[in-house]
Amino acid sequence: MTATLTPAPVATTTHSTSAGHLPKWAPWALLLVAFVISGTIFAFMNAGGDPADFNIALTLVVGLVFYIILIFVISSVIESRRHAVDRLMTALVSGAFVVALLPLISLLYTVVVNGLMRFDGEFFSFSMRNIVGEGGGAVHAIWGTLLITLGATIISVPIGLMTSIYLVEYGEGRRLARGITFLVDVMTGIPSIVAGLFIYSVFALIVGPGTRMGIMGSLALSVLMIPVVVRGSEELLRIVPNELREAAYALGVPKWLTIIKVVLPTAIAGITTSIMLAISRVIGETAPLLLTVGVVQGMNLNMFSGQMATLPVFSYMQAKYPGIPVDAYLERAWAAALTLIVIVMVLNLLARIIAKVFAPKINGR
Amino acid sequence: MTTTTTGPDTTRSPGSRPALRRRGDLIFSGTALGAGIIILVTLAAVAVFLIVQAIPALAPDTTNNHILEGQSFLSWVWPFVFGTLWSSFIALVIAAPVAIGIALFISHYAPRRLAGVLGYVIDLLAAVPSVVFGLWGALTFAPMLVPFYKWLNENLGWIPLFGGTPSGTGKTILTASLVLAVMILPIMTAICREVFLQTPKLHEEAALALGATRWEMVRMAVLPFARSGMVSGAMLGLGRALGETMAVTLVLSPLGIITFNLINPENPTTIPAIIALRFPEAHDEGVNTLIAAGLILFIVTFAVNFIARWIVSRRAEFSGAN
Repeated sequence: MTATLTPAPVATTTHSTSAGHLPKWAPWALLLVAFVISGTIFAFMNAGGDPADFNIALTLVVGLVFYIILIFVISSVIESRRHAVDRLMTALVSGAFVVALLPLISLLYTVVVNGLMRFDGEFFSFSMRNIVGEGGGAVHAIWGTLLITLGATIISVPIGLMTSIYLVEYGEGRRLARGITFLVDVMTGIPSIVAGLFIYSVFALIVGPGTRMGIMGSLALSVLMIPVVVRGSEELLRIVPNELREAAYALGVPKWLTIIKVVLPTAIAGITTSIMLAISRVIGETAPLLLTVGVVQGMNLNMFSGQMATLPVFSYMQAKYPGIPVDAYLERAWAAALTLIVIVMVLNLLARIIAKVFAPKINGR
Repeated sequence: MTTTTTGPDTTRSPGSRPALRRRGDLIFSGTALGAGIIILVTLAAVAVFLIVQAIPALAPDTTNNHILEGQSFLSWVWPFVFGTLWSSFIALVIAAPVAIGIALFISHYAPRRLAGVLGYVIDLLAAVPSVVFGLWGALTFAPMLVPFYKWLNENLGWIPLFGGTPSGTGKTILTASLVLAVMILPIMTAICREVFLQTPKLHEEAALALGATRWEMVRMAVLPFARSGMVSGAMLGLGRALGETMAVTLVLSPLGIITFNLINPENPTTIPAIIALRFPEAHDEGVNTLIAAGLILFIVTFAVNFIARWIVSRRAEFSGAN
């Protein structure tokens, strides 16, 4: 095939490449063909069965494999081997992205479908006190999560923000600042369960072994949250243009006032965004809360005494140690998971909107 | 203009203003410095408190320890160390090529306008709480994999990894590793994407100008430039996988045996999982034992993260100098 095609470009000088080219629509057409083949195969295998059993994910994956084989063979026949490898890699790289999307879609779908079964008024107005089996809700866990996360935010934001101010405004080029930046990066990798063990050990030494209360959870989450806040706000303080600072200095404004009145207001939208993203990162943490806050069936709003329930731990306990009937427990676990996902997504969305609406002050210059 | 501004400046500067200015500055910069030091102290305190609380677990007589039950600490913890390393290793092997693919897709293949949105979609994966991944892995993903494991066992059973009897529930170490792989994708993708985008445009254009196809350009210009970045991205992903608790806890049942088999119902389990499972009912030396296991986890993840970040920061200085 290539042998018959190669003389053509030599004869017609308009074709400069050594071989023919696939038209632009060819990959898409081949992709369609591959999916049709794979869909037909699975439809036949599923023939007579329940249409709901039709395996969409597997169909997609097999279709992709067909496409990769098809495009490689056809391209190496019509085009050159080099182009075939190029097309193969394009297909593989795009395929990697699709493969990563599958679990995300599957996860969101399952959580929404299973979570909606108990996403009702009772779930948001009852605790688990005196409830065995069906019914009950997670209002105590929602309050616990909100309080503990609020506590973590109150602790983390000042420390994180002041650290990033130090790194950007005072520590430029100093060895200590570089050390802090580096260790903050390392700290983002601390396993969440280790943060829980750490706070537990501190309170075991100070208060006594077996202490569990809300504020411990807030502290454990802070250990995880501070590095995220530092890195986020540091980046945003850095993009505040130096001209603004110099203008303030030229007017005789002291450095600390310049930071408070000029630098922070310029970056505040971005900093809010990064703080909200940090909150959404820690609000779903389970392991540290399981160790430091424990779990309880009823409402407890006192951060400084007794165990508290939290949404992630609630979800975990319902799923890991279900009673009878099992479904009632699993449904509550899914509903709690859906609540968590909704909270996280809303936080993420709000953060992006704030960043979009208020940020272009700097970029618009 | 110049005379009016220099005039009051020179008269004021020896006066009271600079002293006031300095006090405010001192307080503010002192607070900022203090906040930075708090972070360093916290990191040191994590190590110190874990070590202090871990020491009782190493006592030679462990008959009263309700978790060790007479074993030595090392022989108790070894299977969990193995499980942690093994599951994270599998997760890394699965996730690394996919993450590099996604990063390349976003940085060099996808249309420029879509790239930001696609990056955000991948970041969504990072926003999903780990307990939700655990629920999904245990209740949805594991049953889905049962026929696949059966197929693996029938067709590739001669490889020891897939031998034995496949699990009927799908709750195996391979399922846990697959969930871990999905969970570490975002961080690896983020790092790889960043270094791919740092590739000098001139290198890329030079390759294209010499007639390279897009893949040849990527192979000759982008990948060699990004090699250290990809390594550190993989290590950061490994760090995440080592410390991930909930996904493994929910998917695996705690047997704590040592086996390389991927699809059997009897599985090794990981350090964070065993801590999460045993901690709520632990007391006295049992707590110390679990904290000692946590200390091992902390040291391993700290080392992995330290090396990864060191590679990144060395690289950043290098590319900044150019």
